[in-house]
Amino acid sequence: MNVIKIIFKNSIRMITLLIAVAIASFILVTSSPIDPVQSYVREGVAVSAEQREEIANYWGLYNSPIERFENWGKNILNGDMGTSLIYRKPVSEVIGEKFQSSIILMSISWIISGILGFVLGVIMGVFESSKIDKFIRNICFIISSTPSFWIGMMFLIIFSVKLGWFPIGFSVPIGVSSDNITFSQKLYHAILPAITLSFSSFSNIALHTRAKITEIMKSNYILFAKARGESLFNIIKRHVLRNALIPAVTLQFASISEIFGGSILAEQVFSYPGLGQTAVDAGLRGDIPLLLGIALISSIFVFLGNIIANILYAVLDPKIREGAKYSE
Amino acid sequence: MKNIPEIEIENLSITFKIYEKGLIQKNIKTISNLCLKAYKGEILAVVGSSGSGKSLLAHAIMGILPKNATVTGSIKYKGSELTEKRIHNLRGKEICIIPQSVSYLDPLMKVGSQVMIKNNKSCFEKMRNAFKRYDLCENAEKLYPFQYSGGMARRALISTVEQTEPSVIIADEPTPGLDKQMAYKTMKYFRDFADKGKAVIIITHDIDIAVQYADKVSVFYGGTTLETTKAENFIKGEKYLCHPYTKALYNALPQNGFKPVEGFQPSPYDVFEGCIYYDRCDIRCEKCKENIPIYNFPDGSGFVRCINGY
Amino acid sequence: MNRRKKTIFLICVSIIVIFSVFIGGLIIPETALKADFSIKNSSPSLNHIFGTDYMGRDMFLRTIKGMSTSIIIGMVSSFISVVIAVVLGTVAGTFSKYVDGFVCWLIDFVMGIPHIILLILISFALGRGFKGIFIGIAVTHWTSLARIIRGEVIQIKNEQYIKISKKMGKSKFYIMKNHILPFIIPQTIIGGILLFPHAILHEASVTFLGFGLSPETPAIGIILSESMKYITTGYWWLAFFPGLVLIIVVVLFDILGENIKLLINPYTSQE
Repeated sequence: MNVIKIIFKNSIRMITLLIAVAIASFILVTSSPIDPVQSYVREGVAVSAEQREEIANYWGLYNSPIERFENWGKNILNGDMGTSLIYRKPVSEVIGEKFQSSIILMSISWIISGILGFVLGVIMGVFESSKIDKFIRNICFIISSTPSFWIGMMFLIIFSVKLGWFPIGFSVPIGVSSDNITFSQKLYHAILPAITLSFSSFSNIALHTRAKITEIMKSNYILFAKARGESLFNIIKRHVLRNALIPAVTLQFASISEIFGGSILAEQVFSYPGLGQTAVDAGLRGDIPLLLGIALISSIFVFLGNIIANILYAVLDPKIREGAKYSE
Repeated sequence: MKNIPEIEIENLSITFKIYEKGLIQKNIKTISNLCLKAYKGEILAVVGSSGSGKSLLAHAIMGILPKNATVTGSIKYKGSELTEKRIHNLRGKEICIIPQSVSYLDPLMKVGSQVMIKNNKSCFEKMRNAFKRYDLCENAEKLYPFQYSGGMARRALISTVEQTEPSVIIADEPTPGLDKQMAYKTMKYFRDFADKGKAVIIITHDIDIAVQYADKVSVFYGGTTLETTKAENFIKGEKYLCHPYTKALYNALPQNGFKPVEGFQPSPYDVFEGCIYYDRCDIRCEKCKENIPIYNFPDGSGFVRCINGY
Repeated sequence: MNRRKKTIFLICVSIIVIFSVFIGGLIIPETALKADFSIKNSSPSLNHIFGTDYMGRDMFLRTIKGMSTSIIIGMVSSFISVVIAVVLGTVAGTFSKYVDGFVCWLIDFVMGIPHIILLILISFALGRGFKGIFIGIAVTHWTSLARIIRGEVIQIKNEQYIKISKKMGKSKFYIMKNHILPFIIPQTIIGGILLFPHAILHEASVTFLGFGLSPETPAIGIILSESMKYITTGYWWLAFFPGLVLIIVVVLFDILGENIKLLINPYTSQE
């Protein structure tokens, strides 16, 4: 019962937030002084007044902002996000296409950073203030202070340029028709960007997990487990992991936002044609419908992550699940 | 057999390293020169007011003190030194502790399964029998600690010692928070353990209840034991007790006048020479500022740490 | 060296290094960055410890100058962020449930769009350039600090002395000004310093993507974005050193924040 209530409450919240995101993004992009027509046809290319008129009319640039928002909102609800100016295709189609390559990247690194972060966090937390803890902690601190795109550049220089182990960029081999691309080829091209992307979030996960584990290790129930003669291995297996799991899961789903943001940079460095690079293109070239579409999709993604985290929390925590005498 | 105590503690001191103002490191002695003997088939009640470091004593025996603690003195089990390695192998098997509250149970594990030390059939049966004995219904196995009442948690904690056949059981504050009836019932469980031939050490500030079930009472004050005496002496009367503090405790009991003990317990930050009870003692004299000898009672039932002897 | 001396030592070192990079960037004249094609793309040497770029400009000087720009942007926008965080955090903690609910909703809303996307949107809305970066970073980085301050305020609010003050008929505003704000100042200082690394990293990221500053501005993001063009040529120093300096400055700010935290917090200051 409780779980259903939580799902309901979260969904309502997500819908209000999404509407707010839609309105805010719309206001932001439409108030831009950047002339969409000019940036569409690229600087330096002369546009005749007639052509300009035609394009502007086509996008409804002369209507009032409220009318335009109304229009756009109505279309969105019907699943029509407009037409991309760069690709001259429906935005939903472009996003769908790009999302497919991005999702490989994001899910690989989401899993890598989650597992790596958790394992390192557990090691640090269990052996708190030992040499190994200090060593890993310093590394995590430095990595969290390093821009992920720079790590990507260093990977490119070392592994692609110097050693030649990996391709310089792109999600697929160049000059191979899309039907002939195998999954392993896609994976091969996604490895470096995915590792780069993992770097943007694993250290945070590790540091947070460490904090949680040290707290657990200091608890009375661990002390009692020790007094009962349980081995360290057993204590970790029976108690530490169990208690660290809930916060770890929450953290993992909350990291979706970070992964999404990081993917934009990683894709840019590796010229990986995913959603992130498309967002940058849309922003630089003034493709308003596409930019809006990506902003919306990305926040749906983030909110879904949050909702899943909240639901899992409710399902995993017996206090909420069993619902007995629980007050905040 | 009676001559060799199951647990014998001599001159135990526990010191913690603490950072003071600036960067001066200071050592604070929470337990000093503590002596204790626990025999087979007996309940030894270690009584003293709250915050006097009694739980640390239990943790020291179990070898679960925090890392910044240093222990000196000796703890012997069955006549031989209880080294760190030895307690590692013995704890949870031959020496068991019953902690004081529900916070010692893993909040995310069903109580039944965490009472079981290993996940096998014999442990399961032992758990189920223990639950039955302590009036915990079968349903209680499947509940989480937060669904337990204080009394239930206490009984579940007690049932953990039935997983093995320990010869020493240390109970840390088993009665506070329980109503009188429950408290007596709990003490009865410990009496049963002792009658089955185990050595039971109960650490408590509930002197009233403790003296009714224990064989011996050890009076704990300011980090050390001032007197160990037969529990019956507490019932017989003030003149059977030796140390001024023990007498004061006796007089503070509700049935004996409820007289409060004046003054405060010394803090572990204060460094003491001589008798630790000096400040509050009615019969103090200059000699009390020197080293205080331990006088053992002739019948071997205990000792007193006071220059006036017994 | 004892712990507290070490803490103070680290604080001093961080401040000195950050300050010298900052000042260094300001006093390097434009003329020092003139193109000299005779020495273009030379690898690091004693004359040019970070090497030179495709126009023969010294990469060390460019990096310091760029870092200095980044520090200014980071400081100003962090400051704005801190102000927003303090105002919203205290307001949420002090006033009614509805105000609190609204602020929490606002925090969720800002966190609901991935930072970089939001920064792109804002930069786009403000026609790119300096302004976009400043405002973008200022309005996206206050959320976590606001949450901390809100929690802090709620905790203080339940203290006895606040309750007494309320009973004595003091207004909410009076309590906020006299009892709550002084209490959260240490948290705010630490939060502000720790916010800075994020601000700088995001500034570098957005500039790297091509939003924000114009290509002529010496900024770390622009330098790195430029070096992307030469990445296949093996001119590794163009990307390596500027990034390294960026990391060092960010790490130093982290060290600064963490150590001040150690000093201010009465519990850890004892360790």
